[in-house]
Formats: sequence, C-alpha cells, structure tokens
Amino acid sequence: MNGLPLISILTFLPLVGAALVFGVDRERRQLARGVTLAVNILALAVVAALWANTNPGEGGMQFAERHVWIPTLGIEYHVGLDGLGLVMLMLAALVIPMAVLASDKIQENVSLYCGLFLFLQGGLFGAFTALNFFHWFLFWELSLIPAFFLIKLWGGPQRSDAALQFFVYTMVGSIALLLAFLALFLATGTFDFLKLAELARTKALGPAVEAKFAWLGWGAGKAYLVLFIGALLGFAVKVPLWPFHTWLPLTYSEAPSPVSMALTGVMSKLGVYGFVRLLLPIFPEPMQALLTPLLWLAVATIVLSAFAALAQRDLKRILAYSSINHLGYCLLGVFAAASATGTALDRTAALNGVVLQMFNHGITASLLFCFVAFLEDRSNGARGLEDFGGLRKVAPVFCGLMGLALFSSLGLPGLNGFIGEFLIFKGVFPLVPWAAVLALPGLLVTANFILTVIQKVWCGPLNEKWARFPDLTYNEGAVVFPATLLMFVLGVWPQFIIAVINPTVAHWVRQLPF
Amino acid sequence: MLAWTIYLSFAGALACLLTPRANPRATRAMAFSTALAGLVCGLIGAVEFKPENGLEVITNVRWIPALGIDFSLAADGISVTLVLLTGIAAVAGVLFSWNIEHRTNEFFAFFFALIGGVYGVFLSLDLFLLFVFYEIAIVPKYFLIAIWGSTRRDYAAMKLALYSFIGSGMVLIGMLAAYAVSGLASFDLQTLAQHSFAPEFQRWAFPLVFVGFAILAGMWPFHTWAPTGHSAAPTAASMLLAGVVMKLGAYGCLRVAMTLFPEGLKMWQHELAALAVTGIVYGALVALVQKDFKFVIGYSSVSHMGFVLLGLVTLNEIGWSGAVLQMFSHGVIAGLLFGVVGRMVYDRAHTRELDALEGMGLARKMPFAAVTFVIAGFASMGMPGFSGFIAELQVLIGAWQAFPRLAIIAGVGIVIGVVYTLKTTAKVFFPDNAIAVESLDDHEHDHPLEPISVQERLGAALLILCTVLIGLHPRLLLDLIVPSFKSPLFDGLRKVAGL
Repeated sequence: MNGLPLISILTFLPLVGAALVFGVDRERRQLARGVTLAVNILALAVVAALWANTNPGEGGMQFAERHVWIPTLGIEYHVGLDGLGLVMLMLAALVIPMAVLASDKIQENVSLYCGLFLFLQGGLFGAFTALNFFHWFLFWELSLIPAFFLIKLWGGPQRSDAALQFFVYTMVGSIALLLAFLALFLATGTFDFLKLAELARTKALGPAVEAKFAWLGWGAGKAYLVLFIGALLGFAVKVPLWPFHTWLPLTYSEAPSPVSMALTGVMSKLGVYGFVRLLLPIFPEPMQALLTPLLWLAVATIVLSAFAALAQRDLKRILAYSSINHLGYCLLGVFAAASATGTALDRTAALNGVVLQMFNHGITASLLFCFVAFLEDRSNGARGLEDFGGLRKVAPVFCGLMGLALFSSLGLPGLNGFIGEFLIFKGVFPLVPWAAVLALPGLLVTANFILTVIQKVWCGPLNEKWARFPDLTYNEGAVVFPATLLMFVLGVWPQFIIAVINPTVAHWVRQLPF
Repeated sequence: MLAWTIYLSFAGALACLLTPRANPRATRAMAFSTALAGLVCGLIGAVEFKPENGLEVITNVRWIPALGIDFSLAADGISVTLVLLTGIAAVAGVLFSWNIEHRTNEFFAFFFALIGGVYGVFLSLDLFLLFVFYEIAIVPKYFLIAIWGSTRRDYAAMKLALYSFIGSGMVLIGMLAAYAVSGLASFDLQTLAQHSFAPEFQRWAFPLVFVGFAILAGMWPFHTWAPTGHSAAPTAASMLLAGVVMKLGAYGCLRVAMTLFPEGLKMWQHELAALAVTGIVYGALVALVQKDFKFVIGYSSVSHMGFVLLGLVTLNEIGWSGAVLQMFSHGVIAGLLFGVVGRMVYDRAHTRELDALEGMGLARKMPFAAVTFVIAGFASMGMPGFSGFIAELQVLIGAWQAFPRLAIIAGVGIVIGVVYTLKTTAKVFFPDNAIAVESLDDHEHDHPLEPISVQERLGAALLILCTVLIGLHPRLLLDLIVPSFKSPLFDGLRKVAGL
C-alpha cells in the first residue's frame, strides 16, 4: 500500500474518468451517469484507503510524493496529506457523487455534465493535496473551468451573468494571489508551501521580502503586508469574506442545485483551506498586524449575511447567505488563532473547530441544496419562501429529513453543526473576547431565518396547490441517507474526525511564530 | 540540419509555383510535404542541438568580403525555439488553408517565401543577412493579404507594408550607424556585440532599432497595423502574421537592439516597459469592445505581445526566458484562435460580426470548433496547464523584480483578458437565446454548415498538443532557452543587468 503513489492516482483518476465520460454518446445518459458514479466510488475507495493508512500521531505531511518539474523556477511536483487535506479529500469524495446522484432532472447533454463534475473533482483533489504553489494554482484554476460551464450551460435564467461574475471575481482574486506568490518566489527562490512556512516560522520571510523590495521605499514591514493583502484577496473572494461576497448569491441561486451543492460543499472550502494552509503559516505576522480589521470583517460577514438571509424570499438565496454566514465562523477562528495573546490550547481549539466546521458545513449545506433540488423537481422550479406551506402533512419524510439538515445548520447540539461552532467559540472567546461577543448575534439570527424556512415551507395551513406533493422517493432517500447518517454520527461522536485533525492542528500551532 | 529549413522552404516555394494551376491537389501535397519537412528538420536540429554550447555556428561563407558581409547562420536555444514555432505554424497554416482554390499555387509560393524568410531571420548571425531575410518576409505578406484577403484588404495590406517598411528603415539606419561607428568593418553580430558603443551613441541608436523592430511586434502605440492586417488576411496569413511575423519583431529587439546596445536598454528601460504595459492593458480593453470576431483576436495579440516586450526590457534572465517562451506560446495559441475564427467559423458562416454569430447556434452545428475555441481561449487567458501561463508567470516574476508597480498593472491586463475571452466565447458559441436558436435551426435545416474537415482537426490537434505539452512540461523549451543567455552574445547585456 505504501509503495503506491495513492495521491497521484486519486488526482488523475477523475480526470481520466472525465475524458472517458466526455467520449460517451450524449444520448446514452445512463451509461454516462454509471461511469461517473463508478469513478466516484473508486475515488472514495482510494480516499478511504488513505484514511485507513494515515498515521495521525505525527501531524506532518504523509504519503508525500516529490518529483522534479521545472527546476529553473523552483517548481516541483510535490504532494502530501495531513489531517486537513485528508478531511477535505473525504468531503470532495462524498459531495460530488451526491451531487451527481441529485442530477436526475438534467437530461440535456448528460455526458458533458457528468464529465465536468469529474473534472471538477479531479481539480479539487489536486488542489487539496498540492504543496507547491505552481502545482496548487494549476488545480485551483482548473477547478474553475468545469464550474463555469456547469453554471453557464445548465443554470437558471441569469446563468450567463452568474457564470461570468463567478469566474471574473475569482480570477481577480487569483491574479492578486499569483502576483503575491511570484513576489515571494523572487524573494526566497521557492514556491514550496512547507519551505515558505518554515521561513515564516523562523521569522526570515519578512526580512527577505523587505530586502527584495526595499528600494521601493514602502517602509518597514510594508512589503510583506502588501503581499499578504494580495494573497488575502484571492481567498477572501473565494470563501467569501464580506465585502467580497457579492458574486455569491447570484451564482448559488442561478447554478443548478446539484452544482450549488458542489460550490458550497467543496469549492468554498478551497478558500478556507487557503486561509489555513497558506495564509496563517506563511503570513502569520501580517495577519497579526491586521488582526483587528480582519476580525471586524469576519464579524461583519457573520452578522450581515445572517440578516441578509433573513431578508431573502428565495430558498436558494437564503442558503447562499447562510453559507456565507457559516464560513464566516471559520474565518473568525482562523483570524483569532493569529491573536498575539492567548494559549496554544485556545488556538488549537479554534483551529480544530475551523476544520470541523469546514467538513460539517460541507455535508450539511450540500444536503440542504440537495433537498432544494428535490423540491424544485416537484414544484417546476418554484422555490420562493411563500410558494409553499403545510407540506409536512403531505410529505412527512421529506419534511423530517430536511428539517434535520436545517437544525444541523442551525447548530443544534447532537447534530454535526454544533460541535464545530462550539469549538470555534470556545477557542475565540479567550483569544479575542470582543469578536466572539459581537459574532454571537449571528447565531441568533441564523436560528431565526432557519426557523422561518421551516415555518413557511413545512408548517401552517396546507397550500392547496401542493395537495399532491409527492413525498421523498426511495431513490432520493438513498441519496440523502449517507449524509444524514453522517450528521448524526459526527454530532454524537466527533472524535473520529478530531482524532485525524487534532494532531495536525497541534502541529500547526507549534509552528506559529508566536 | 537547421539551415535546411531555410533552403527547403524556398525550394518548396518554387516547387509550389511550378505545380499546375489547374491541379490544386498537387500544390497542396507539395505544400504539406514542404511544411512537414521544415518541421522535421527543425525537430532533428533541436534534438541534436546542445544548448550548453551557446551560439552554434552552422555555416559561414564569405559573401561580400569588401563590406564584411558573410552568409553566416548560427543557432542558440532561442533560435531553435522559434524555428520550431515556425515549423509548427507552417504545418498548421497549410492544413488550415486546404480550402484555398483561387490561384492555389501562387498562394503557397508566397506562403513558403514568407516562411523561408522567417527561418532565415531566426538563424542569421550576420546582421546584413538578417536584414535581407527580414525584408524577404515582408513582401509576400503584402501579396497574401492583397490577393487572398477579405474585409478592406487593400487598405490593410498597404498599412501593414508601410508600417513594416518604416520599421525596417529605422532598423537599417541604426544598423548602418553601428557598422560605421564600430569601425570593425563587419556585420557579424557577435563581433559587433563585443564592441562597446559609446553611451551617447546608444542613447539614440537603441530606441531607433528597438522601436523599428518592435513595430512589427505590435508595440503600442505602433500596433494599429496588427488588428487590421490580421483581420483582412486569409486564415493562414493571419496565423503566420500573429504566429511568427510578430515574433520576428520581438526577436529582432532581443537579438539585435538589445545585444548591440545594452546600455541603451538600461537608459530606456522604464519608458519601454511603460509602453509594453500600456499595450497589455490597452489591447485587452479594446478587444473587450470589438464587434468583429477577428478584431478581438487581433487586439488580444497586441495585448499578449506586450508581455513579450515587458519580459525583454526587465533586464533579468527570468524575464527574458519568459519573453521567449511567450513568443512561442503566443505563436501557437494565436494560430489556433485564428484557425478557429478564420477557417472554421468565417469560411462557413461568412460573417465575423459577433452579433450575427450569436444567433447561429454554432456550438451545436460545429461542436469541434466550439471545443477548440474554448481550449484556445483558456490557453490565451493564461490558465495554468497551458503554455501561456508559464510564460506570463516568468515575465511577471521578472517584472516584479524590475518594476513592481507595472507588474501589478499587467495583472489587471490579465483580468481584462479573462473577461473579453469569456464574453466572446459565450457570445459566439453559447448564447443565451437558446429558443431563438432552436427556431433558426429549423429554418436553416436546408443549409447545414459544411462539416469540419480532417485537415482542420489535425491542425487544431497539433496546436493544442503543443500548448498543453509546453504548459505541463515547459522544460522541453526552457532547457533550450535558459542556457542561451550565457553565451558571449549576451555578455554586454548581462553586464549591464548586473548578472
């Protein structure tokens, strides 16, 4: 097992699968879906093998593969996994097949649709395992292409605007990020994340950057800070962080629901992943220097998006804002971990919470979009808050399961959403009490808008229009069952994920220079 | 081996001319074998070439001894890279001109005269010889556009010829001045490059020669010939214009202006970088508002050539190697874009108006063209995994080193590039008005578009293969290019750059 380049196999498996599926005749829909699922299952098996063979005791990179690629530019093929990467791989391996299974209504050009999903999965696997900037950026950008076409070709009425906005916003961020890392390369001669983090830990990175750009006369500490802001922009757009979120509601609501599942479930995690893997270890000092404004942005993200969700009348837009809100907690946790005061224990708690929240939100949010997809299938695309009412009487199972997912999203103890947020607040509170306190109203408003959804859609008098609203079918039940089960398991017994991530998080905290 | 590319192309031009006009098939076969032979010679030459030896002299024959003019050819990694590019562009160009029925034999004769001249420029060591080849390459361009061109072809052909001749006039003056001032009685580039010209002389000779060449590279504000020329030219000529002729200019800047007058570059570095970045941003902005499909690609060429010029003036090795790689990459990608626009779309739809194309449902009628353009578009916007990314990445690193503020502005140019590429792709191939397209489909059932031919598929596949191969494994070219800057030809430049 250890001899096999498992990570490379995992990365290229969906890409090869995508090439195969693209070749399937567009009329043979079942074949395209079948091949796609087979590849997804194989990928899941490889991730499971990685999970089973991982040794969490160290917290460093495992399964590393390293090959020369472009030596003149310090570019290597360098991949590896730690707890965070493993959890993200698992998320991508779970959410993508779920999205493909939820796409039964897609009938046009299925082979292209499924192929793009596999392409996306390959891009995500690559991005979550890359340890060299060039290699990572390749996959980060590559994952944009299928997402663009999935929105552009299968989306709602405003799909063109949505796809273009999504792509261009992300590109603006990516170019800023690229320029920042090119400058780092110029100063250090390496694109390797681990080497850059090591330089940052020994506090050598800042001076190296300053030395390179001293002639600009920006003043002490400024160049490093400017590069941090450039890199920050890339991830802030992706997650998103307020006020860079404006592309998101349109994109999530115009994308077909299965694509929204992938977008919120996994692609948004690429952004948080960047904060944890790149920004915190490579730019700890600039992050600390900008801590207060960053925390304010995170708090604004949490609170404003919760209020915005409350004001929406379209279910997908509500979920879109709720996604922003939930990932805001992750950013709060990451920023708080860069606080100057505080113990390693608190930082560990906050970062453990962040990683848990990434996974939990991925599962819950994609499950919610999946339910909306089923709802849309039944209502001919209607998904307004006021369009329904009293559906629990005719579709009790549907109501019960979606209600569970909504409660998980709300953070009910016993379900998976609770534990991540709890750990984040547990860590953030001692680190920066004021930010924790200011973010609290977000929790209340979240509860408010989620209960509103339950009330308007499921409770109250039955809207006669939907008297024949069919309940969840067995097939649909089978799609949501694994994720629902996972919500309970994680809620009751989070240890099986924490066991994987805690050593990694503890390792990061030891690596921080403060 | 490399020198054979020149001789074979000129021989091929003659042979094409001699094939009977009534038998275009024979001409095509002749043309294809000539192009292929050139590419094969280039490939063998590249494999045999030892980049660590620096500049390798291929032939050196006395030509006009009284004036110190030799017929001397030499190659370093940069020449080899560009010879390969020319070979690839020639093969693809022939494949994309398979449907030329009007005076086929003359068309390919001009085509190979141009190709031969281009090979000659890339391999000349003697300045006079280089200039002769440079002029040889200009003449066929005029006829290719004026005879086989489309929209406003007379105007475009004349404009292109005038700009080219003004440029070469400037180059000629600078060249003769260098010859006279050096007092070495030699046109040999290496000899002249060893001579250190007085800074005062370089102050005016450098911009003269550099700008003279850069006109052909589409440097802003002397770029206006490029979009009109590209649009009017027949497909193969657009592919060659954007693919290799613009590279002649950039190559001249690097090989002649910069090696002879390194101090001059140092003096004018910031002004030229500002022009290059203006070209990047301006070209992209103008492409954004074009209504003619070919003009979009034409302006995008101006924008991308801006990266070449920016890389050249960074005065560091990473910027230079980025510039050379960008020459190759842009040659391939622009060839592909023009192939799709000119051959696949225009020859079938008979319009290049974006608004008209929007209603045609082209993605359904020719999925191959749509897929090819999508790939070419992503390559052109600098997606990682394609050759453009690794080239622009190096240029940007070089620019960070030399002019950080301009590097940031160039980044803005990339973003605009993303916008116009996506918008154009979406408009032409994936328009929103699917219903309108449906009805038009029924209406046009009687006139289905001619299917994409095997030749077009081969040509597109060749170019896509090149851009992906170099994108994923850039060492194939970087191992050729990077050592070239160590050769004595670049001594002066390296000294000025402090390397």
